[in-house]
Amino acid sequence: MFRTSRKAGSRKAGRRSPLASVSLIALGLMLSGGAYALVSSSTAVADTASTATQATVEEGEKLFQANCATCHGLDLQGSDAGPTLIGAGEASVDFQVGTGRMPLQANGAQAPEKPVQFTEEQISALAQYVGSVAPGPAIPEDQYLDAEGDASRGAELFRVNCAMCHNVAGAGGALTEGKYAPALTGVTPTHIYEAMVTGPQNMPVFNDANLTPEDKRDIITALKFQENAVSVGGHPLGSLGPVAEGLFLWIAGMGIIVALTVWITARSN
Amino acid sequence: MSTTTEDRPAPVAEKRSGGVTAAASNYLDERTSISAVVKEFGRKVFPDHWSFLLGEVALYSFVVILLSGTFLTFFFQASMVEVEYDGSYVPLKGVEMSAAMASSLDISFDIRGGLLMRQIHHWAALLFVAAIGLHMMRIFFTGAFRKPREINWVIGFVLFILAMAEGFTGYSLPDDLLSGNGLRIIDGMVKGIPLVGTWISFLLFGGEFPGTAIVGRLYTLHILLLPALVLLFIALHLVFVVVHKHTQFGGPGKTQQNVVGYPVMPVYAAKAGGFFFIVFGVIAFLASFFTINPIWNYGPYDPSPVSAGTQPDWYIGFADGALRLIPPHLEFVLLDRTWSFNIIIPLAALGLFIVLALIYPFIEAWITGDKREHHILDRPRNAATRTAIGAAGLTFYAGLWAAASSDIIATHFMVTMEGVIHTLQAVVIVGPFIAYFLTKRICLALQKKDREIVLHGYESGRIIRLPGGEYIEKHEPIDEYQRWKLVSYHDYKPLMIRPNSRGKISVGQKARASLSRWFFEDRIAPPSRGEIEASHGDH
Ligand code: HEC
Ligand code: HEC
Ligand code: HEM
Repeated sequence: MFRTSRKAGSRKAGRRSPLASVSLIALGLMLSGGAYALVSSSTAVADTASTATQATVEEGEKLFQANCATCHGLDLQGSDAGPTLIGAGEASVDFQVGTGRMPLQANGAQAPEKPVQFTEEQISALAQYVGSVAPGPAIPEDQYLDAEGDASRGAELFRVNCAMCHNVAGAGGALTEGKYAPALTGVTPTHIYEAMVTGPQNMPVFNDANLTPEDKRDIITALKFQENAVSVGGHPLGSLGPVAEGLFLWIAGMGIIVALTVWITARSN
Repeated sequence: MSTTTEDRPAPVAEKRSGGVTAAASNYLDERTSISAVVKEFGRKVFPDHWSFLLGEVALYSFVVILLSGTFLTFFFQASMVEVEYDGSYVPLKGVEMSAAMASSLDISFDIRGGLLMRQIHHWAALLFVAAIGLHMMRIFFTGAFRKPREINWVIGFVLFILAMAEGFTGYSLPDDLLSGNGLRIIDGMVKGIPLVGTWISFLLFGGEFPGTAIVGRLYTLHILLLPALVLLFIALHLVFVVVHKHTQFGGPGKTQQNVVGYPVMPVYAAKAGGFFFIVFGVIAFLASFFTINPIWNYGPYDPSPVSAGTQPDWYIGFADGALRLIPPHLEFVLLDRTWSFNIIIPLAALGLFIVLALIYPFIEAWITGDKREHHILDRPRNAATRTAIGAAGLTFYAGLWAAASSDIIATHFMVTMEGVIHTLQAVVIVGPFIAYFLTKRICLALQKKDREIVLHGYESGRIIRLPGGEYIEKHEPIDEYQRWKLVSYHDYKPLMIRPNSRGKISVGQKARASLSRWFFEDRIAPPSRGEIEASHGDH
């Protein structure tokens, strides 16, 4: 399973150059047979890596042609309106559709999250269809998603690898030209893992050479710990740091103080 | 406030023997002359406008800061020795960090009441500077800084700067990621000073940034030098307040020679004496229910990670904002060296802004040529040009301040970062002029309205039909007290140029006269007695 995800890293870098992508596609096609065997043989180990039955793949293809092909092309080859999905992988589809980013509605700086439009079965069918055309990062295995790794290691990895975009507390941050790294609260462990292996939009890909699956598990653990921890200091004010604190002080703190000074100086009549 | 107890002996003691307390007071008084102080404070007039209490808010927050800060010193270790954290916060267990960070975490998680104290200390710090800021605005817009209080404005302004320094040094103590990033920015600013920058940075940090000395050094400043200076300046400030007495808004019976109002004792003693506890209560409320500076989320400082959304506390925001707004490419290579102006320009602009604000009372006095003492405050509208200057300065400051949160503005209002930066650049450069112009017009319009009301009364809402069929609204004259409020202000006129003793008009004189014209030429004269009397015939 990881072997395919490791390929994901080189795929992402290569996708920028047409020559590289051609050779990659060839490689992908060559590997696809092997990948099938791998997927079907590993179902015993990880039962979430759902069996790519012909029926679901066909259902996925139908869904894809109805909802996605206008932009991504009938054969996933891409168009002016959307990139190719050859080699995007099941994880990418599951992430993009599962967080409501796809199907894209309006062109903007960044595909925003919207209410999810498909059922879980449909998303899985779409993912399997895209995965069946060419392999890419696969749906992560459960053993890395239990959020029971080493939180302090994960927090450190997060600070080094992710905080510059997502903020240390995972509260999100701005990028250039209207793009942004979203807040990471409420994101499922699966989607966090998939985001790391597929690198949606402006996020870099963290393949298994950068961050091993164990590292990813630790990061997920730290994020979930932070999300579920009781805020010991009281209301966290959006975890936005000094700006939120300063605004709160001026509006609420100063508001109360000024109201009280008015009360004190009011003449009792 | 505490001195007032001298006046009112405890009833228990009185019951036993009337003489003991009297004797005790006498004993004290004979040795300390404290009764003079009590009399002075007891007869102090209680201000009747809320804005007069802002300085007290600042004072009381400082007391809270002193108390909570002392508690923190019992447990804080100002050392950058690497230790392995072994406290009760799980996600940092086993992480290498400085002793400063580890002890701040211990204060937060393992010392009873420690987190509350940290939060009290930090919220009080924010409130302290905010109260000083509002207090300064009150002084500025009412003209309370005029003779004889110019020196006290300067003292107050120095306090403002000391408070910012206190806050910044404190913010850097816990050695968490955020404070380290803040120090890194300061380091960058220092290094941006041409020629000497790098040397100064090495001097400050005891070597290459971050080094192992800076927390200890900042700690000395934070708990020793700066608090001592703050105390000294507060003492000076208060001495001057007592010497000069309070200013007051104009009104019937209020003159330059007196201070009118209810005496503190006993009418407002309870309310005023309790005010410290009210301020403390508000701070404790904030600290109990709202997180501030959750260093455990940020983790220990390490020069490699930088977090999105790294900002300083609000009072340093304007400086951070200036750095964010300065356009790129202000550097060139000369003599084999890169000369960068990206840092020195904002630093110089801020320095100029601060110095202008610091010496504003002297600038205004020079322009107006006004050498009289002022104990009656201006209503802001009646000093249109000053109010407009203040509005322009505030706009400049607010633009810089907002720029410190440009990234958060971008994400939360779904706009681009570049858009925010360019807008704020415009706000900082053009905004002050617009603010100046608008404020001045509004002030003049308000003056006109006041004049209208004095001469023709206010609109009563009663519509009367005249025999001819015409409708008019009846205007009621305002009462004496209100009228006094509206007309009792000075009408300044621009300075006249006068030749000096040698019959010459110097360049300085000319400049001064034209500045004075700018300051005063747009104005609405208050209605004169004659005008008021004449107008009464109409109604
Ligand atoms: C309106 C056009 C449009 C539609 C419809 C659309 N997409 Fe996309 N999709 C895009 C664009 C544009 C991107 C690239 C976004 C980016 O990277 O900024 C994209 C990106 C993706 C990616 C990530 C590709 C990568 O290399 O990481 C996946 C996966 C994806 N889309 C799947 C789908 C699926 C599945 C559907 C149908 C349910 C769909 N899209 C519908 C426009 C569209
Ligand atoms: C260069 C900046 C950058 C870095 C570094 C980065 N991300 Fe992201 N991340 C993004 C952007 C931009 C998006 C939004 C992508 C989109 O909307 O399609 C994103 C999206 C995500 C999402 C999806 C959030 C959601 O609401 O669905 C997750 C989860 C995530 N990132 C986790 C991580 C983790 C974990 C790391 C570190 C290993 C990381 N990111 C590093 C920029 C970054
Ligand atoms: C105007 C005066 C002061 C201001 C504005 C101020 C501000 C601050 C701030 C913002 C912090 C960071 C707190 C945090 O979130 O951890 C801090 C920390 C600290 N302050 Fe002050 N402070 C002032 C005076 C004092 C005084 C007088 C003392 C000691 C008597 C003191 C002792 C400390 C200590 C020990 C810390 C570190 C504790 C920690 O970070 O947990 N401070 N200060």
